[in-house]
Order: sequence, then structure tokens, then C-alpha cells
Amino acid sequence: MAQIDAIVGWKDLPFGCHVYEPGSTAKFRTGDWRSQRPVLDKEKCIRCGMCWVFCPDMCYSQTEEGYFEANMEYCKGCGICAHECPKDAITMVPEED
Amino acid sequence: MGKRVGIEVSIAIAEAVKLARAEVIAAYPITPQTHIVEHLSEIIANGELDAEFITVESEHAAMSCCCGSSAAGARTYTATSSQGLALMSEILYHPGPMRLPIVMTVANRALAAPISIWNDHQDIMAQRDIGWIQTFAENGQEAVDLTLHAFRVAEDRKVSLPVIVNIDGFTLSHVIEPIVIPDQEEVDAYLPAFKPRVRLDVKKPVTMGPVGIPEVYTEAKMAHNEAIKASKRVILQGWKEFAEIFGREYNPVETYRSEDAEVLLVTMGSISETAMTAVDAMRDKGTSVGLVRIRLWRPFPGPEFRKAAGKASVLAVIDRCLPPGAVCGPVGAELRSIFYKMPGAPKIFSFVAGLGGRDVTVELFEEIVDKARAYAKKRPTELYEVIGVRER
Repeated sequence: MAQIDAIVGWKDLPFGCHVYEPGSTAKFRTGDWRSQRPVLDKEKCIRCGMCWVFCPDMCYSQTEEGYFEANMEYCKGCGICAHECPKDAITMVPEED
Repeated sequence: MGKRVGIEVSIAIAEAVKLARAEVIAAYPITPQTHIVEHLSEIIANGELDAEFITVESEHAAMSCCCGSSAAGARTYTATSSQGLALMSEILYHPGPMRLPIVMTVANRALAAPISIWNDHQDIMAQRDIGWIQTFAENGQEAVDLTLHAFRVAEDRKVSLPVIVNIDGFTLSHVIEPIVIPDQEEVDAYLPAFKPRVRLDVKKPVTMGPVGIPEVYTEAKMAHNEAIKASKRVILQGWKEFAEIFGREYNPVETYRSEDAEVLLVTMGSISETAMTAVDAMRDKGTSVGLVRIRLWRPFPGPEFRKAAGKASVLAVIDRCLPPGAVCGPVGAELRSIFYKMPGAPKIFSFVAGLGGRDVTVELFEEIVDKARAYAKKRPTELYEVIGVRER
């Protein structure tokens, strides 16, 4: 299970369960929900960035070479990037393998 | 000292919301609540109240807007009824745990099917556990006074919870009554400006309504439950100060000729006034009967109710709600729970009456009392009885 700092008693929960720290969702690493991972074939990739645009978790970022890479600490393995890739350069591979 | 006028109760409630200086009203018209928000929109259009009136496409949107405006720190009001309240249902569960002090009038009305625009309590009983503070008004004056009290309690920083004031549809909403409309200075003295503990502010970002994972959800529910239980102290204080400023006293539970009564009727809402007439009529005939009226429904005032019921040996509880397949009406179930295995507990008999606008008359109360007295001697086979229903 993802590690979070919210494991407190009810008396210590923030008022209204509000979150006062902006961007703190980044601390909530959701990558362990994944059963499949996206694998990129750089031969086919044209670096268009469609995977980066469509990723619902915004876990893609551009490398210095211009390719787009998914951050496995947040990727939930939904496969939207593979589905949207116009060159079929992304394959979803089961995590067991 | 306020001014006593003959006024439709819905219009008087709108005037109370104006006197409370509400800042945002998001509402959708639905019978029998429509006159309240209709009049508020006129008040705002005429420049008599500096507020934003948001015309929305549904009650779901109305309550969503209310959550947003309350979170932004605005004094927020809405009103609804029946099917509209049901359509709001998904959003109704949000402002409680999120501690957003919205005030809403519910003009109680039956739920379809069959379609009915008339009065009973089935709409609010379907929403009784949404985690709002809830009161029931007996008459127009109470509807006005409880509205002012609602803002005061909701926005108290120790409470910070949404409040519903229930008024019986048509029976109250569309009736012209003599009502004291308080002066603005009195209301201002009673109701300070809304100073939220937290509000949406770009300079100090806050996330409201995040995900509650299994490690947090139970604790969040517990915190909300404790807040609503603790609100009773502020509710009582709010009524005490109301009496000091406006001279009208309110309690969570009220009694009428209950001392030494053998049988006590238990009612909620406007039928309480008919019940008082019925008690007088039965007392004249020598029947030992009194009345207990529940004004505060959530948090349920258990100790106050037990005290009000006193030494009566029989309680005849009237529910204006028939929950199909349940053991009895919701008020009856609540009272059976608070007296369960208490030494000297009264015998409690549950009756369902006044559904979908059916009048609850003096004669019907007499029938209920007669039945309760008979059941005290010979236990009934059913846990509740529908009164006034035609068999053929």
C-alpha cells in the first residue's frame, strides 16, 4: 500500500478533512496499483507527445533526447497512452513477466 | 421590537433570509417551496439585498453551488422540497463532513409514486442521516425564528455544519399567519458576520473534499459525528440568546399539559398545534393525556426527550412517514431505542398518519389515544399501525 502521512486518530484529522499543503498528492505514490506497464519502442516513436497529453495521471515527462517516459511511481497501468499512440510504439506488458 | 404582520409563511421566511443578510442563494423552484426563493429573487432584483442569486438547472446543481459558495466564505441559503431534495441527495452528504455551514429550508412534501405535491415527512426521512443539523417548525413564527437560529448555529466556528429547517408544505408554506418580523438591528445583534474557519483562497490554497482512503474514512466519519453531537450545546445557547433578544423561547423538546399525563402523544411539525387542541378536548372529557413535540431532530435530543416524557406510562408516537418493510416509522424507532431496557420506560406505540396531505384531525388524535390505551392493556400484534386508512 502507498505510504501516506494521513494515518492519524480522528481528533487529529484536519478540520473538514481539508488538505492544506498544495501539490501534496505527489506524495501519494499510486504506481503499486499497476498490473501492466507501458513499454516504449523507440524505433517506432516519433516523439509526438500524445502519451504525455493523454496520460490521466500526468506521469509522462520528456527526456533530454525528446522521448516521453512514464514515471513508474505513479503509472497505474491504465493503457491510455498505448491506445492513443498513433504509431503503436507503446505496448502494455504484464508486470509478472 | 419587530413588527407583527399578516404574511404568507414562505414570504416571511424569505424576509428572514434577507434580514440574515445571506450572500449567495442558489435554488431551483419546486412546489411547495417555490414562493420562498421566488420572493428572494425579487428582493435581490429590487436591490434590497446585496446577494448573488444563482438560477440553476436542477437541485443537484443548486446544492453543488451552495457547497462552492459556502467554501468560498459566503453566507449561503437554499430551499427545496420532496423530489428536489431527492435529486440533491448525492450532494447533501458533502457539506456535513466538509463542515460547510449552508442553511436550507425544506418544505416537507410526499415522494412519488404516486405523484403527490402534498405534505408529509417522507422526503426528509429519506435524508435524515445526511449529517445536517435538523429542526422542525410548528408554525410560521417558528419557521422565521428557526431560520435565523439556523444561520447562527451553522456558522458558529465550534459547529460549522449545515442546517435544515423543516416546515410542513402548504400547511405552513402557503398559509398567511400573524408573524413578528424582527428588526434589522435585532437580527444584526444576534447574527454576526460569517467568519469561516477555512475558506477557498488563492493566496492560501486548500483542497476541500479529497479522497478518504480506508485508513482515513472511518476517522473522518467519526469526526463529523462528534461535531454534530457537540453542536447541541451551541444549538441550546443559540436559542437562549434568541430568547434574550427576541423574547421567544425554544427548546429541543416541548411539552403541553404533560404533567401527570398517563398517555403522551408525540408529534413533530405543524400537526403539533392540532394535537394541542386534541389534548384540550380529551382533557375536557377527563382523559389523562398530554403532548410532547420534537423540535430538534438531529442531533436527536435523547436526554431532553426522556425528561419531557417524564413518568408517562404510554407514548403514542405519530410518524408522517411509512417506510415500507421497516419495523415502524423513523420517529417511533428512535424513541424505542432511547428507552430500550430503561427502568420505568413507557410502553411505546407507533402510528403512521397524515401521508401525502391527508389531514390529521382532532378526531384522529382521539382515535390514536384510545388505541394506545387499549394496546397498553392488550399488546398489539403489529409494531405499528397506519391510522385513517380505508380497508375497503
